[in-house]
Amino acid sequence: MITRFILNGKLVEVDVDPGEILLNTLRFKLKVKSVKRSCERGECGSCTVLVNGKPVLSCIILTPQVEGKEVVTVEGLLNDPLFNKLIKNFIENGAIQCGFCTPGILLTAWAGIKEGKMTSIDSIREYLGNLCRCTGYVKIMNAIYKAITE
Amino acid sequence: MYRLPKFEYFKARSVENAVELLSKYKNAKLLAGGTDLLVDMKIGRVKPDYVIDISGIEELRYIVDTGESLNIGSLTTIQDILDSPVVKNKTPLLREVALKFAYWQVRNTATIGGNICNASPAADFAPPLLSYEAVLRTISSRGERFIPVTEFFQGPRQTTLRDDEILLEVIIPYKHLERAGFSYMKIGRRQGHDISIVSIAALVVIVDNTIIDARVALNSVASKPVRARSVEQVVINREPAMIVFEEASRQVEKDISPITDIRAPAEYRLHIAKILTREALLEASKRALRCGFE
Repeated sequence: MITRFILNGKLVEVDVDPGEILLNTLRFKLKVKSVKRSCERGECGSCTVLVNGKPVLSCIILTPQVEGKEVVTVEGLLNDPLFNKLIKNFIENGAIQCGFCTPGILLTAWAGIKEGKMTSIDSIREYLGNLCRCTGYVKIMNAIYKAITE
Repeated sequence: MYRLPKFEYFKARSVENAVELLSKYKNAKLLAGGTDLLVDMKIGRVKPDYVIDISGIEELRYIVDTGESLNIGSLTTIQDILDSPVVKNKTPLLREVALKFAYWQVRNTATIGGNICNASPAADFAPPLLSYEAVLRTISSRGERFIPVTEFFQGPRQTTLRDDEILLEVIIPYKHLERAGFSYMKIGRRQGHDISIVSIAALVVIVDNTIIDARVALNSVASKPVRARSVEQVVINREPAMIVFEEASRQVEKDISPITDIRAPAEYRLHIAKILTREALLEASKRALRCGFE
């Protein structure tokens, strides 16, 4: 079946099996590699994408469910000032080690700030559910906090 | 990499359309948020021949204060519930549950209807809805009906919902519960993300230093979420005092039958259930009295 949605500002049309998950459509058919495959069960957040501005898990969404919606990945935020500020803070604060969780975390942080959910270290901790095996989270939270306060 | 089983997919455009499809196709599953269904399909727990996607039916996503009740559409997301000022004000137990429910990405997709219709014995919204004695409005080709939530849960992933029936809304009647003190506690292996080892939702109404109403409900301590009636019977018409809560907490053993699973042993669940019962009654009573408590 044909599904049409907006990916990073451009209209895309894909022919998918109904059982195709958004993660697979993005990585295999649309070549968006920033979205990562990890637990595939909705537990880790590596596959996070923004749908109509809200972070959701692409590994447990069927592609037909995003018909007519706006999907954003980090590729779509490269010119965004807040996004660039976040990246700069992440780099300067040592918030990236292997980098695998980073795209998902950046999207969640960007949306968290845009939606007004992340306004303090406590609320960052509350709204950042993505798992990171490398950093221990503190540097990530500090990097996000600096983007809010500076 | 997980593979989903093959199924035929329909996107329901309206409630009527969904009812039609559900009456027509057997071995069908409704797709709301998908945070339970898709995982279950990936691990092979369910293998529907048909998936009816109702996630686009925006008319089922609402939170309305009717003056006598709070009515929540079945497709309202957990994040909607967390963000809602009227939920915080009128049915605060639901907000407490939403605060501890998975994490933001899941909350943006998961729905209250999906959580209770999936009916895991660990369903997070079961204890507060049992305490509030919510009523569920459903629809099928035979028309609408109302199911008291206290009659809804039958066993693990089993409810009184019929195969061709759709949950439309959750109705929480206020009665005198606006004066109730509440308490919600969830014990998991981690502080977040977790399926509960035990969680408890309690409501207490106190008049003239006497508990005139008490509702205590738990999940993950039996094959379905339970109201702890033995506990409630101990505290009704008694004064809100620690010695009463201690006595009541010992009775919780009569209302539950915990099992050992990958998250915790049965003995631990029983032990925790007693402590939570006492602590939840204490916290709810404090809130009911709205002042310090000795």
